Amino acid sequence: MTNNPAAAPADAGAPRAVLSARGLTKRFGPFTAVNNVDLDVCHGRIHALIGPNGAGKSTVFNLLTKFLKPTEGRIVLDGTDITAMDPASVARMGMVRSFQISATFGDMTLLDNVRVALQRPNNMSRQFWRSLISLDRLNRQAMELLDRVGLADMAQLRANNLSYGRKRALEIATTLALEPRVLLLDEPLAGMGQEDVEHMAKLIKTVSRDCALVMVEHNLKVVGDIGDDITVLQRGEILARGDYATVSADPRVREAYMGSEDDSH
Amino acid sequence: MSAKHADTIVMPTRKSPVPALTFAALILVLAILPAFFYPIFVMKLLCFVLFAAAFNLLLGYTGLLSFGHAAFFGGAAYVTAHALKVWQVTPEFAILAGVAAAIVLGLIIGAVAIRRQGIYFAMITLAMAQMFYFFCLQAPFTNGEDGIQGFSRGHLFGIIDLNETMNLYYFIAAVTVLSLVLIWRIVNSPFGQILRAIRENEPRTISLGYSVQRFKLAAFVMSAGLTGLAGALKALLFQFATLADVAWQMSGEVILMTLIGGIGTLAGPVVGAGILIGMQNFLATSGLPVTMVLGGTFMVCVLLFRRGVVGEILNLLERRRG
Ligand SMILES: Nc1ncnc2c1ncn2[C@@H]1O[C@H](COP(=O)(O)OP(=O)(O)OP(=O)(O)O)[C@@H](O)[C@H]1O
Ligand SMILES: [Mg+2]
Repeated sequence: MTNNPAAAPADAGAPRAVLSARGLTKRFGPFTAVNNVDLDVCHGRIHALIGPNGAGKSTVFNLLTKFLKPTEGRIVLDGTDITAMDPASVARMGMVRSFQISATFGDMTLLDNVRVALQRPNNMSRQFWRSLISLDRLNRQAMELLDRVGLADMAQLRANNLSYGRKRALEIATTLALEPRVLLLDEPLAGMGQEDVEHMAKLIKTVSRDCALVMVEHNLKVVGDIGDDITVLQRGEILARGDYATVSADPRVREAYMGSEDDSH
Repeated sequence: MSAKHADTIVMPTRKSPVPALTFAALILVLAILPAFFYPIFVMKLLCFVLFAAAFNLLLGYTGLLSFGHAAFFGGAAYVTAHALKVWQVTPEFAILAGVAAAIVLGLIIGAVAIRRQGIYFAMITLAMAQMFYFFCLQAPFTNGEDGIQGFSRGHLFGIIDLNETMNLYYFIAAVTVLSLVLIWRIVNSPFGQILRAIRENEPRTISLGYSVQRFKLAAFVMSAGLTGLAGALKALLFQFATLADVAWQMSGEVILMTLIGGIGTLAGPVVGAGILIGMQNFLATSGLPVTMVLGGTFMVCVLLFRRGVVGEILNLLERRRG
């Protein structure tokens, strides 16, 4: 992917940011939900966005993926200024998000859920005259994705029938189908059992080798285990950033989290 | 990863015999029906079946509630009637002209309305359809309150005389069946999958890189065009195009049919149109207050069969199975 001779970054030294935001601000009327946030996300790393409820984490996601227009600030993806783009175009550039509230296509089977994601890159989304059988050639790839998140044997179930944790897993499989360059996951582990959390954290770590990954997560143990860079938000502003050891030692962070969070969510 | 494991589970979509059998049964029924009912009544029913099925393409499979479909139905009826009466073209061209008009109207109304969602979408379609109603009221070619009437149906392809009732019947039956097949194909196509995805979760569909506005507009225009076909057939059938076809009550009626029959099922609109047209026909001669009885039926249906008649039956079957 990085065989651009002019701008090839040296392997050593500071990793180049795939996605960066500068001075990101969002106001809802008089209320400032996100205030002057800078963010750099690098290839091959997991950037964890943490902070208490209402800190503005999801709003930052919505701004980055263009689901919300920033009041101020600039967003650059792969050298392109995407501040004025629409969310579908940004997704086509390779920045794919998941949603905090599990977002699946409830009335469709798991197989169809993943196939919907595969249809666009395979140019199979506009044929209104062709039979559904034409989509069968996506089955193998779709099943492999379902297998990665442990849902292969439920492929023919409707997404509505899944437990919350499994819906999250399905969402991740659907997201991975696009082989994103930047992946934003909003609380991907919420609602999962302990076993699934471990499996999923491992999967996220694996996936992060091939993309830049931003993750909002309340489970601080997981954040500590797999997070490379941590940004702590509070009341829309950056409270601290750095690696887990630095951030967790910060007295202001400790104070912000006191009583509101515990490690085993 | 473990592709072996995956392989054993992927079942290719099997060609289900159900749709083919259903369409075969429909053709059989249509062949027999004229022996029991007035062909004119059955043809009227077919026009509304097509209307409701076209509407359901939008409401049931894309999740868009239009309150302005009368514009496409009535607009196409006017153009078809005008083409037959003034231009004196053969009926197939008159129908095509009507459908083309509905498609153009659909593009205009759709382009404005799809920017909004939910109730706002419905209100914009209603407002624009009302504007079209007033245009039809004022435009000279529609003859205002009198409507366009007094024209011959002409000869299909210049050969088949559609003033013969049974010729007309087979023509309308064939067009309706073919249109239902087309709708079924659209719904069960790669494109239809994306429409379903939009209905189920629009933000998620956007986040996968789909420009959902384009898909919505495409579905809107397809629905408008097929609705226009229904309106054109109705004008041909009754040799009459009037303001009633573009009035908001017509938009309401098709919503009612679709809801009673069951949205998002292919048989739903067929059943819903049957129930409503059948009741209207019966009530017209019974002396009962039509609107009140229809309103009451609608309420009972909505309360008892939340998924519509067909939806409830399918649900029951599904639960039986497992
Ligand atoms: N569309 C909106 N209109 C008005 N206020 C909003 C809107 N979206 C978010 N907010 C407010 O912005 C603040 C930040 O919300 P956000 O959802 O980003 O928090 P969060 O950090 O994701 O919290 P959580 O951990 O609970 O998910 C909250 O106070 C919220 O009420
Ligand atoms: Mg949030």
